[in-house]
Amino acid sequence: MSTAEKYVTAAYLVVFVVVLGYVLIIAAKMQRLERELGELVELARRRSDG
Amino acid sequence: MTYAADVAALARKDLLLELRARETLPAMALFVLSALTVFHFALPATSSDLAAKGLLWVAIVFTALVGLQRAFVVEREHGVIDGLVLAPCDRSAIWLGKALAVLGFLAAVEVIALPAYSIFFSPVDGPTIAAVALADLGICAVGTFVAATAASSRTRELVLPLLFLPLVIPVVIGGVGASVAGGSARYLGFLALYDAVFAIICWASFEYVVTE
Amino acid sequence: MSLRNNRLAAWAALALGLSAAALALIFFVAPNDADQGFSQRIFYFHVPIALTAYGCFFVGAWKAFRHLWKGDPTADLESYVAIHQGVIFGVLTLATGSIWAKISWGHWWLWSEKQLTLFLVLFLFYSAYFMLRFSVDDGPQRANLSAVYALFGVVLIPISFLAIRLAQNYIHPVVFTRHGPAFHGTILWTFCVSLAAMLALAATLYRIELTGKRLDSRLRELRELLA
Repeated sequence: MSTAEKYVTAAYLVVFVVVLGYVLIIAAKMQRLERELGELVELARRRSDG
Repeated sequence: MTYAADVAALARKDLLLELRARETLPAMALFVLSALTVFHFALPATSSDLAAKGLLWVAIVFTALVGLQRAFVVEREHGVIDGLVLAPCDRSAIWLGKALAVLGFLAAVEVIALPAYSIFFSPVDGPTIAAVALADLGICAVGTFVAATAASSRTRELVLPLLFLPLVIPVVIGGVGASVAGGSARYLGFLALYDAVFAIICWASFEYVVTE
Repeated sequence: MSLRNNRLAAWAALALGLSAAALALIFFVAPNDADQGFSQRIFYFHVPIALTAYGCFFVGAWKAFRHLWKGDPTADLESYVAIHQGVIFGVLTLATGSIWAKISWGHWWLWSEKQLTLFLVLFLFYSAYFMLRFSVDDGPQRANLSAVYALFGVVLIPISFLAIRLAQNYIHPVVFTRHGPAFHGTILWTFCVSLAAMLALAATLYRIELTGKRLDSRLRELRELLA
């Protein structure tokens, strides 16, 4: 690959990596939200039983 | 009371407080002289006069920052801001009064700084003085506004420079351009534009900074 | 699936389709630039990313205006998310612009590139937005301060641009010039598709982040109700 091609690829890779990084952060956040929701469901269940 | 009277009263309050306390002004003056001294050592032998001119503007901006750190401290410490907001004056008068007071302080310090600069480095010419005058208006308008914003923050001393510096970059460009480049009229015109635009939006939006 | 979910999926699908089309056009259809050769292809991403960043900042300012003027309850969060997107795309602009400068002129940074310098100033400005927002406790005052600051941002954009242009006269002579590609035919089409793809991507990420933050606040509300 010529130098120019390497740099162009690098630029596109940077964009790709940043977007993927974003996806990762969102995925982690979704896991956290799911866990919180689970805890709250537990709380609600205890409330309605007790 | 009329708007102008409100503004005058607020500005006079700050100037009188400083006259009695004599805290901020000596500190700003000492700061600018120390900064100019540091700049002497920061300029290698082969630097031109032009580089020093640029550093004059750095000194002005950071001296203003030092003064602005104190801008709303007294109001906050004694809970005066709420009183001012409840007073039957236009909220923007608070901004304008304070900005005029800060302008007074900055101008007073520059009376010391510019001659010192002329002695330490090179003489200050007409366009530079005009640029300093115009830049002061913009710096004080934006700086006072930003100081009020930062006052609501937990990390106010940290946040104030971060908010202030990006906004003041155009002023530095205008000022250095007027001091250094040939056609200074263009830069002075730009400084006037900056002053007008930012004074208007500061004036219009200050209400939202102090109320909820 | 509620209507809102459908909208998010629709935007995501649109972004996906447009991005695929843009990439295909950029690498297989668009011709080599006579001046710069293969490296000019970065332009198809770099400029749309920059324009998208501007778009995000303007949306942020518009939402801020709606918060201050109309008291729109959702506008503060929307403004925050839009500005967050703007900063992400701003960083990408700086990164891709830097790489492009490296290929074209051999330097990672060029002060004579007005667009790049402007984005640096804006990056500093909007980063301070987050510093401010995170140092004020949640509430109406934080929303007001953020909104006013966002509005200052869009005023700063043209003023800074003018200033940077003026600065060129005394900073250093403009040594590097770059001829923009002649905008016609395939090049124009490829650019437009890339721009549309970037905007769709930004819109998708914006909605995803907004949904995430809304979920966050509603879960918090639920927790307070149950505890």
